[in-house]
Amino acid sequence: MKTLEELLAIKAKAEKQMNVREEEGAGIRVVVGMATCGIAAGARPVLAGFVEEVAKRNLKDVSVNQTGCIGMCQYEPIVEVFEEGKEKVTYIKMSPEKVARVVADHIVNGNPVVEYTVASLNK
Amino acid sequence: MRELSLNILDISQNSISAKATVVEVSVEENSAENTMIIKIIDNGCGMSEEMLRRVNDPFCTTRTTRKVGMGIPLFKMAAEMTGGSLEISSAVGKGTQVTAVFKTDSIDFTPLGDIDSTVITLITMNTHIDFLYRLTVDGREFVLDTKQLKEILGGVPLNEPEVVMWMKDYLKEQTQIIRGGVV
Ligand SMILES: Nc1ncnc2c1ncn2[C@@H]1O[C@H](COP(=O)(O)OP(=O)(O)OP(=O)(O)O)[C@@H](O)[C@H]1O
Ligand code: FES
Ligand SMILES: [Mg+2]
Repeated sequence: MKTLEELLAIKAKAEKQMNVREEEGAGIRVVVGMATCGIAAGARPVLAGFVEEVAKRNLKDVSVNQTGCIGMCQYEPIVEVFEEGKEKVTYIKMSPEKVARVVADHIVNGNPVVEYTVASLNK
Repeated sequence: MRELSLNILDISQNSISAKATVVEVSVEENSAENTMIIKIIDNGCGMSEEMLRRVNDPFCTTRTTRKVGMGIPLFKMAAEMTGGSLEISSAVGKGTQVTAVFKTDSIDFTPLGDIDSTVITLITMNTHIDFLYRLTVDGREFVLDTKQLKEILGGVPLNEPEVVMWMKDYLKEQTQIIRGGVV
């Protein structure tokens, strides 16, 4: 059984870690479109997938956020990846399955998965 | 939408856009009456009477990126298809309450689906907002109030991975208890 006391223990542990952790800004920002069309197309598990992968890999430098409309309903779920000094990468028709690869190839290793991006449409 | 929990996530986005600081999501099931009542209550900017009238017509929106709003019409349709209803009350500067009644024995009833995932998404993506989630099944009630969690956690954020894991397990266990299962 999960209890509120357990939460106190988690707090104590997390505070200790926060003290040793250096101040790190979010170097990479992952943004998931969560307007009605995005949610209907499956944005919730995509967002949850990014949150989970980032936590699992302990990526302190990455933030995952939601936004409203990105303006291309037919390509939802849409995910945008922002990185300081680089051009924005827009992923379209995302799925939980695609998330793992985007995190591994792009977020961790710096190579965008071109075939999932909006840019691949013009090819 | 495939699950009512997705409609709930979407309708709650309206509350977030309306700058609410407290959002209450309540799901109330009554098996004797075959009803499910879903309420989303916020203390956001609210709507004028004129706006409220228009929102009940389909395709009204104040968004600027496209001309139609789909969130409320979709939720309303999901409720009315089952023989239920959707009602909105709102006051400018006070907040908004959306109440949807579903008949669960209708063949057009969409299941609630992964409501825990909706609650976790709302909480972790909007740590500055207080969420109160209430699940009532045949009179048995369970409440998760982030205000209470924040008091315990102090400066540790609600989106800290270990806290998120705790919330997921807590929701799952409490839901099982409410639904009469063994943990
Ligand atoms: N909780 C609320 N507080 C204040 N205004 C609201 C609230 N819910 C809805 N509204 C108003 O009603 C309009 C219609 O909402 P609806 O969810 O149907 O569409 P939308 O949010 O504009 O677009 P979307 O299709 O992405 O949901 C909103 O644009 C907003 O102006
Ligand atoms: S409304 Fe669909 S992307 Fe904006
Ligand atoms: Mg909406």
